[in-house]
Amino acid sequence: MSTAVELRHVSKVYGSGPTEVHALREVDLSVRSGELVAVMGPSGSGKSTLLTIAGTLEEPTSGDVFIAGQQLARLSRHDRARLRRRSIGYVFQNYNLLAGLTAVENVALPLELDGVKAKVARAAAMEVLAKLDLAERAARYPDELSGGESQRVAIARAVVGERRLLLADEPTGALDSLSGETVMRMLRLASNDGVAGVVVTHDAQMASWADRVVFLRDGRMVDQTVPGSGPDSLLTPGANA
Amino acid sequence: MFARTLDGEIIILSIILGMSIRHALLALLSEGPKYGLQLRQEFESRTGEVWPLNVGQVYTTLQRLERDGLVESEDAGGAGPQNVFTITPTGSDELKKWLRMPPDVVPPPRDELVIKVLVAMRVPGVDLPELLQAHRRHLVQVMQEYTRLKSEITEGEVEVSLVVDSELFRIEAIVRWLDTTDARLKRLPARTASGAPTSAPRVGRSIAGVRR
Ligand SMILES: Nc1ncnc2c1ncn2[C@@H]1O[C@H](COP(=O)(O)OP(=O)(O)OP(=O)(O)O)[C@@H](O)[C@H]1O
Ligand SMILES: [Mg+2]
Repeated sequence: MSTAVELRHVSKVYGSGPTEVHALREVDLSVRSGELVAVMGPSGSGKSTLLTIAGTLEEPTSGDVFIAGQQLARLSRHDRARLRRRSIGYVFQNYNLLAGLTAVENVALPLELDGVKAKVARAAAMEVLAKLDLAERAARYPDELSGGESQRVAIARAVVGERRLLLADEPTGALDSLSGETVMRMLRLASNDGVAGVVVTHDAQMASWADRVVFLRDGRMVDQTVPGSGPDSLLTPGANA
Repeated sequence: MFARTLDGEIIILSIILGMSIRHALLALLSEGPKYGLQLRQEFESRTGEVWPLNVGQVYTTLQRLERDGLVESEDAGGAGPQNVFTITPTGSDELKKWLRMPPDVVPPPRDELVIKVLVAMRVPGVDLPELLQAHRRHLVQVMQEYTRLKSEITEGEVEVSLVVDSELFRIEAIVRWLDTTDARLKRLPARTASGAPTSAPRVGRSIAGVRR
């Protein structure tokens, strides 16, 4: 499996002098295609900062970011913008759908912005919506969708086209447990299709859908779960007898 | 908690183990009259091969249920395999009453993790955030295991989903307690070098309170 995103010794300092904040300190993280990683940690530990840097929306103060093997710092502004548009999808807590566009228009938008013909973009958008069980909601406007549906449309928009990296900041924060679970199932589905996913959440149940959970504290990655190391005793006959 | 039978079906041991034979038999009989042998077999098939039930227990319990007027049999007093048992209206009432009886939500007399953290606060040289994180990692790994199980559950196995949910919420509550503890301790003014609090008696009282 190829590495979709890699952070090497990434640090981020906001401000300077007495007001400076070390939001990230020497973070190393790499996420493979098809892998879903959850990021947990207390408020202010640097989770959102990690996500915006992995998503090329912000630059690290020091350290390197690689997307699909390309070192970001070596790309021109233009190439970086194109990479961001074509390869990376974002999902936020408050959905960020454009109110004047229907669900399918929202999903098609990133492709159209990238120069794909309207008809082709629309067909691709419909295909993703159908996959996420939203075909019947395609013609609705955001204010005619429930929170859970809006978030699923946002996920559809984030994976449409050839996006290989999906970044989500508290995508289930405003949802009830079952809608949150549906959203996590969709993220899992996307990663089963080969998309690399990074999800920030403070909710352990949501995080438990990930292959790997990493823990931040004061800007440092202090720990992570080891895949498949949970006790198999859940399914061992007689474990509780 | 769970076990897989040979044909891959996931059965829920916790329910069966946590339930008295008495109420389990009443529940089986609420589906309709059954032979003693049938009851024994259903009991065994639902517990799989995992929990070998003392056969005598089924018949002894049936006898007691009959004595108490909760079930009737064709051949009164003979709790044998060929005897047919029927639940009585009193038995149905008892089953319904049991279903509505509030569960025991008073916490267990001692919570191992709470005690460990309170003790750790007094043991010199313990890195509390690191200790809390070690427990957090372990719990989240267990949750990942349960969630994987949940993602494999088919629509016909809704009972398993309900039990998995219940376990996930229970463990999530512990993780949230760890998070809150972590944040609370971080806000405290710096402790003395030994890590012991300056107000020892208060902690002493709360430990006693937890022990109950
Ligand atoms: N643009 C900014 N300017 C200055 N400081 C910032 C900026 N963005 C974030 N910070 C600081 O960096 C630290 C990390 O912030 P970040 O938003 O990454 O935390 P977080 O883990 O996402 O928290 P939360 O769970 O509350 O969303 C915080 O101390 C925050 O105040
Ligand atoms: Mg944040």
